[in-house]
Amino acid sequence: MKNWPLWEVFIRSKNGLEHRHCGSLHASDATMALENARDVYTRRMEGVSIWVVPSAQITASNPENNGETFEPAMDKAYRHPTFYELPEELKHM
Amino acid sequence: MNNNLIQYILGIADNSLILGQRLGELCGHGPSIETDIALTNISLDLLGQTRSYFQYVAQLQGGDANEDTVAFLRLEREYKNVLLVEQPNTDFGYSIARQFLYDVYHLALLEELQDSKDEQLAAIATKSIKEVLYHVRFSSDWIRRLGDGTEESHNRIQTAINDLWIFTDELFHQTDADKVMVAEGIGVDVAMLKENYYKKVTAILEEATLQIPEVEYFQKGGKQGIHSEHMGYILTEMQYMQRTYPNMTW
Amino acid sequence: MSEQEVKNLEQMFQARIDNDEKIEPKDWMPEKYRKTHIRQISQHAHSEVVGMLPEGNWITRAPSLRRKVALLAKIQDEGGHGLYLYSAAETLGISRDELIAQLHSGEAKYSSIFNYPAVTWADMGTIGWLVDGAAIMNQVALMGTSYGPYSRAMVRICKEESFHQRQGYEILLTLCNGTPEQKAMAQDSINRWWWPSLMMFGPRDADSPNTEQSVKWKLKRKTNDELRQAFVDQTVPQANILGLTIPDPKLKWNEERKHYDFGEIDWEEFWQVVKGHGPCNKQRLSDRINAHEKGQWVRDAAMAYAEKQANKEEKQAI
Repeated sequence: MKNWPLWEVFIRSKNGLEHRHCGSLHASDATMALENARDVYTRRMEGVSIWVVPSAQITASNPENNGETFEPAMDKAYRHPTFYELPEELKHM
Repeated sequence: MNNNLIQYILGIADNSLILGQRLGELCGHGPSIETDIALTNISLDLLGQTRSYFQYVAQLQGGDANEDTVAFLRLEREYKNVLLVEQPNTDFGYSIARQFLYDVYHLALLEELQDSKDEQLAAIATKSIKEVLYHVRFSSDWIRRLGDGTEESHNRIQTAINDLWIFTDELFHQTDADKVMVAEGIGVDVAMLKENYYKKVTAILEEATLQIPEVEYFQKGGKQGIHSEHMGYILTEMQYMQRTYPNMTW
Repeated sequence: MSEQEVKNLEQMFQARIDNDEKIEPKDWMPEKYRKTHIRQISQHAHSEVVGMLPEGNWITRAPSLRRKVALLAKIQDEGGHGLYLYSAAETLGISRDELIAQLHSGEAKYSSIFNYPAVTWADMGTIGWLVDGAAIMNQVALMGTSYGPYSRAMVRICKEESFHQRQGYEILLTLCNGTPEQKAMAQDSINRWWWPSLMMFGPRDADSPNTEQSVKWKLKRKTNDELRQAFVDQTVPQANILGLTIPDPKLKWNEERKHYDFGEIDWEEFWQVVKGHGPCNKQRLSDRINAHEKGQWVRDAAMAYAEKQANKEEKQAI
């Protein structure tokens, strides 16, 4: 018989914050994955909402392509506010 | 000292104590780490509830009584838990069947106990309900998985349900103390919960493709302090330290 | 890949680690890095899970309800830590099932400390104080290790572990403030656990062949002997507060070194336990194997049920 598949667990620690990846676990189906996530990852009031995703369903970028994937953004300073020079007396914008 | 009230509370609290103790035996031996952690959570919930009840009992008893004298220093006949919760962890199927058959009852009981005229009991019930709602979900899900899983799991959980079914009727018995407490608006009339209990249990067992056992005779005795032979061993372990080293602080 | 290419990659890889960058699962890594990490992380995971057993032995006998719930919660945490660590190891391309099989076959090791028996209630205190205390020294250092998933598991574990040692120390404190019988129970426990706790840091540096490579990969931030010394220095004052005697006649403050000097570990015993001849090696392993085998039908049932449900949903969709 097959082993229980791996799931990734995401937890929202409180309303207003995003779900964050906090770890993984094994479960036979989504219902059990949620229950296990509750028992494993929220024993110390760590969360108010849980997402579980089968690990096999995640498509990840390949670090070997990090050059073409991420580096082109590096010289686009005009996307950041500090690129623009404004007079001193304008305190906030 | 209100002895009827004390006896009434023990009748509820001892179930949590003994079931919590039984689940504690499983810690470190579960079928997967995840399941192990989940069962321990249930055990911790039950022992937490036990402490609230026993602190209340100790307060009613007065003197040097505390949660531990109530938990550890009674004679076997003075424990008032039902026979169901003392049944052993024969296999995971028995542990789940015992849990499920108790959880459904436990939830129904607490839903009524919330409205008790006794404020402390009502408060404990209100707090415990959230925990027990989760227990019901957990054990029902496992009943479905085992019932409608493999042929082996189906047979094992059916055997466990068959064996434990004879202990379900006792849940709805009333002791003399219970009757007094019901009359005073403090206790829950458990006989009223019976029909709904079997309806709920039956629905989930059917979903799990399991047969509803037909038994000719139900066991009883725990509520009167007449336990199965398992109980002596449970207490031997549980009371070991307090009996071997009396009057010490731990 | 040519030998030269691999060498270049390895140099770049080491440069990243030296630069305090973390290595993540999909990054290129030397095969030896992967294998060493699988071995160390899984050994760590096995230790957590086997470590549940000696304390689990006392859950049903805990002397008060407060102690019972604290002990249960602590052992449960250890299960959680085992789980985090297995998950970290799994990111290196090996399944938990394979790792568990390695434990059961004896191919993988776990911390030898758990091959000693927990025979009195005081041992629950001592395990929390000394054994967890020794483990934390290692784990705090490992928060800065180079492999991202391992480092993150360590951060989580260290955060949760903070109550474990206090839980143990409080048990002993209560015994030491109790009756003479209780204090004797505590002293007897320290007598039995002190030396095995020092053994937890492993062989002397001179006899520890992996150290240099492990230091480079930040799998070891301090050497065995450094950690052992730090542990002794930290623990002696704590024993004094308890009023317990550490069973080492050679233990003495060295003003010049600003460290405690201490006696020699019985290395013969150390190696015998590592080889499987400790008092509980057989029992611990058979308990783990037993739990796994008895759980097989349960895990199979859950999987079969999940597949049936998925099929039903598919049919309904059509």
